[in-house]
Amino acid sequence: MALKEKRLIMKHVDEPGYTNDIDCYLKHGGYEDLKKAVALKPEYICAEVMESGVRGRGGAGFPAGMKWKFLDRKSGKPIYLICNCDESEPGTFKDRQIVHKDPHQLIEGMMIAAFAIQAKLAFIYIRGEFFQGYRILEKAIEEARAGNFLGENILDTGYSCDIIVHRGAGAYICGEETGLIESLEGKRANPRIKPPYFPAALGLYQCPTIVNNVETLCDVKHIVNMGGKEFAKIGTSGNTGTRTWCVSGHVMNPGYYEFACADITLGQLIYDICGGLKPGRKLKAVIPGGSSAKVLRADERFRGTLQDGTEFDWGIEDIPMDFDSLAACGSMSGSGGVIVMDDSTDIVEALANINYFYAHESCGQCTPCREGVPWLRKVTRRMVDGEAREEDADLLKSIADQIAGRTICAFGEAASWPVQSFIEKFKDEFVEKAREQAARRKEGKKPATETTLV
Amino acid sequence: MSEHPTVEKIVINVDGKDVEVPAGINAIEAARLHGKEIPHYCYHPKLSIAGNCRMCLIEMGMPMRDRATGEPIMNEAGKQKIGWGPKPTIGCATNVAPGMHLKTDSPMVKEARNGVTEFLLINHPLDCPICDQAGECRLQEFSADHGRCESRFIEEKNVKPKHTTLGPRVTLDDERCILCSRCIRFSSEIAGDDCLGFVDRGTYSTLTCYPGRELKHNYSLNTVDICPVGALTETDFRFKMRVWFLKRTNSICTESSAGSNSTIWSREGKIYRITPRRNDAVNDTWMTDSGRELFKAIETGDRLTRYTVDGVHKTPDETALVATDLLKGGAVAIVGSAHSSVEEQFLYSLMAGRTDAKVSLIRRTGEGDGILLTEDRTPNMRGALLTGLISELPAGDVGSLAESIKSGTVKTLVVVNEDVTVFGLPTDILSKVKIIYFGTHANETGRVADVVCPSLSVFEKEGSFVNVSFRVQKFAAAIPGPKGVLPDVSILEKIVAALDGEKPVGGITHDILWERLAGKIPQFAGLTWSGIGDEGTAVDPTAFLDLPFPERKHLKFDPVAFKKVPVAPVEA
Amino acid sequence: MNLKPETIEKIDKLVSRYPTKRSAALPLCHLVQEDQGYLSNEAMEWIARRLDLQPINILELVTFYPMLRTKPVGKYHVRVCHTLPCALAGAYQTCRRLEEALHVKAGHTSEDNLVTLEYVECHADCGRAPVVMVGEEEYTGVDPEKAGEMAARIKSGELSIGMPDA
Repeated sequence: MALKEKRLIMKHVDEPGYTNDIDCYLKHGGYEDLKKAVALKPEYICAEVMESGVRGRGGAGFPAGMKWKFLDRKSGKPIYLICNCDESEPGTFKDRQIVHKDPHQLIEGMMIAAFAIQAKLAFIYIRGEFFQGYRILEKAIEEARAGNFLGENILDTGYSCDIIVHRGAGAYICGEETGLIESLEGKRANPRIKPPYFPAALGLYQCPTIVNNVETLCDVKHIVNMGGKEFAKIGTSGNTGTRTWCVSGHVMNPGYYEFACADITLGQLIYDICGGLKPGRKLKAVIPGGSSAKVLRADERFRGTLQDGTEFDWGIEDIPMDFDSLAACGSMSGSGGVIVMDDSTDIVEALANINYFYAHESCGQCTPCREGVPWLRKVTRRMVDGEAREEDADLLKSIADQIAGRTICAFGEAASWPVQSFIEKFKDEFVEKAREQAARRKEGKKPATETTLV
Repeated sequence: MSEHPTVEKIVINVDGKDVEVPAGINAIEAARLHGKEIPHYCYHPKLSIAGNCRMCLIEMGMPMRDRATGEPIMNEAGKQKIGWGPKPTIGCATNVAPGMHLKTDSPMVKEARNGVTEFLLINHPLDCPICDQAGECRLQEFSADHGRCESRFIEEKNVKPKHTTLGPRVTLDDERCILCSRCIRFSSEIAGDDCLGFVDRGTYSTLTCYPGRELKHNYSLNTVDICPVGALTETDFRFKMRVWFLKRTNSICTESSAGSNSTIWSREGKIYRITPRRNDAVNDTWMTDSGRELFKAIETGDRLTRYTVDGVHKTPDETALVATDLLKGGAVAIVGSAHSSVEEQFLYSLMAGRTDAKVSLIRRTGEGDGILLTEDRTPNMRGALLTGLISELPAGDVGSLAESIKSGTVKTLVVVNEDVTVFGLPTDILSKVKIIYFGTHANETGRVADVVCPSLSVFEKEGSFVNVSFRVQKFAAAIPGPKGVLPDVSILEKIVAALDGEKPVGGITHDILWERLAGKIPQFAGLTWSGIGDEGTAVDPTAFLDLPFPERKHLKFDPVAFKKVPVAPVEA
Repeated sequence: MNLKPETIEKIDKLVSRYPTKRSAALPLCHLVQEDQGYLSNEAMEWIARRLDLQPINILELVTFYPMLRTKPVGKYHVRVCHTLPCALAGAYQTCRRLEEALHVKAGHTSEDNLVTLEYVECHADCGRAPVVMVGEEEYTGVDPEKAGEMAARIKSGELSIGMPDA
């Protein structure tokens, strides 16, 4: 395994002198792939994307080509393309780089995708906190319009499609594609029930709609550039292309690093790329795919059989960074947000922090999430406030079990997985916290110490 | 005329049993048809599917097929294998398909329901003893089936606004609200007034109106009906009576020709409330607020309670005798009513025939709301036509009778429940004729009448009305009428029989009246009183389709479509 | 309500771009909030009228999306991210330092309306935690020491809030 980044999406973003204006982009061969694409048949591009095997970079990892294939093209209704730029899974900050530093790459990827699915109109749903990103995209779109790369009669092909940049306003749930669609329709971002509201058939304005992540749409550009077959050679079978791993938490050099799928292990990422842990610290846990991914404990052994039949027996540092390996370890690569926690971390506080986030972000539409997630928050809050009980660990697990799999959208899982995995892997620390607090109370001391994570 | 067009049937499997269900319905309805209740809160058959309460989670599976060949995959027993979903799915959004398998009471399903129930109760005030919804609360019922005995929730409950006045007739307790959104969907989808919404987010989500706005549309009480918990309560009914003490009686709303089916809730001769009764061909599950208030009129002090002749209290028989004698004198005119029942109209029609009387009705129209308040503000104009009481739609007043009275061609005037003094026959004209008045309440016409027969209100008698789409619908007596007042049909039977020298049938019943109706009126041929079900029966309107009825398009009636296919649409 | 002519112009342009008027609800909330500082009842009613909606439709949004507010904020709107990656990097210490230096508790506005300090959720820049937004400007790696400097620059009125025309 090589330890050299393979920068495909982030190729230019940190190059000295590379700017986010169209002149710079054109100088670097920008919009050549769009020119190539519009000369092709839309179905051909779709087939290339299918062949590339590229999986969605937003979190779920669903094959993008398949998503496009489900599009209802026979309804006679307009087709919409939405770029999900709500980047809101804690620990993830890759889309921000693209938007701020290379917006035209996204626009080019989007216009290729729009042409391929014959979209009538495209949207970029950008999270509200990206004030600068919004301005950059607006400017870039005007530049692209002036260059005839979007808008009316693109590159004189007769195909027209515009992009509207739509700002969110601080709600995590807008990252869920049907919540995003509701938000774009001017409503509360309550995710829709599926069935019947699969976006590919009944999406925006009840029309067929494709929602793709920023990075996925950039991948489309590169698929057209090199061809689906060539793209599929990057990474491994079923895990094609590159992933931008966003590393945060207790490492010396947090940041984003782009590698071909499976080209690096979690250990290499932490120790070789990110400079390891702070001096004197030991690894305690890693959340590998954004805060909703199940936590990995540093001293765990991961054993099992991969899809191709290979048996594996890995320590945390051996896990190859790709979709399937992390899934085989019971977690997920999700949105690529790798949160590293060293041995200074109070695990109960860390979970209390995560629970606070998900309770705050629950849209409140369906019962298990609306009632269950704030309950999780209240329990962990009480625990860090000094009133932990030994039975709380089991209670937390039981509440989470009553949420996952029973909600309208995947938020139920996103909020439950941290709890289920923290309890499964660190139950001792939850019980210990309760005993410690009981002992302190017995001694007449204040049961809680000062917290750092909540 | 088939009322239920043939719906395609398919076979599904519910809890191990193959059953036949109509195609296109959802799992909740399919299970219900076969005696399995799938508990739910947010699902309502007449509203869009929200899928938010998660109470109706069930297991669903489909027969498996090989992905490559499309061939069915069989098990050892030679039956097609069922691919069960790994997670439970909501019954409300699961539409049945051929071969679909459902588990409505598996361990996974029970666990899911128990979980949802626990979640719904953690922030619920658990104040059933002081809650008006008690006894008809889905949360209370399902919690008994699916709840824990002890709470695992030791944290603080959320605090939300209590006893908020949401509108003139509805009170809201947000702490009891389970955020099912039925009321919001109803207001927006049915009542056409997007006045309700959720503010704040997540566990703090709260039902409210915009500041300064109210839930005040004429259907606001339907939100109380469909609220599955005690969040929305009827202000007027609050703390009045426990619902389990109340008797329920089927009735029909008399507010307009829509003929909304209703239930009268009463105890010891007193009506406490009126709620809609489901009839998919008429009113779905809705009715107007204004229609629910009509019972208040019967409690007013001006009810007529005595049979009188020239102001002297008489027995019903004595009164009928005097009336008969007057009518036998000829030169009779009748001012009938489209508020009378079909049976009463039929007897008035016979009366008219036997006295050669001219019959007039008075038009009662107003603006319709396009939903369940139609332009014709009477419940039984079609009955008057079908029974032959009238053959044309009435005018706005009966002033045309004045000339006949002045000229002496009318010497006796029968007036049914109308104050004709405000409809073109002032008292100086009335003083020239003998008046027989039938009515529930005192009015000027009654005051000057020679013979007065007190009537029973729709709540105190049985009978039937024919609504805008020519559907005969029965109503029953919910409460007794004023002491000594007989049903109108009894007194009419005495008079009408005597006019022909026949012996009246004592204790005339609707069974007997309908034998006569079926024999005399072609549209009613084959019908019997007991044969008319709770949802009524559509009769042939073709003889009347060319009349200029005032009704426009409403929830279940479209005049243009009705002329083409004169059957009220029935939804699955 | 007196909206600036340029705001009205932006609104008119924007509404016409969407396939349905209602889609413009969130953008309009942003524009009116930027113009007025917050969304008053009057503002919400104005937006509702502009889009042929009921005011409740706008109130539902304003109370759902955390970035929309119904009360004004201080001149410096300081938003400290406290989601896990920032918390691991010391966001709570950062905020405590800001609380002390600016004499305002998180969740509140200072009495002189200079500062509104609040905790917010992830800003998607976790690699440079702790992240603090001031107005529309993002500050990264804000440790307690930097927080102290930030507070001083707020008090002296020098700190950028990232708005082009502010």
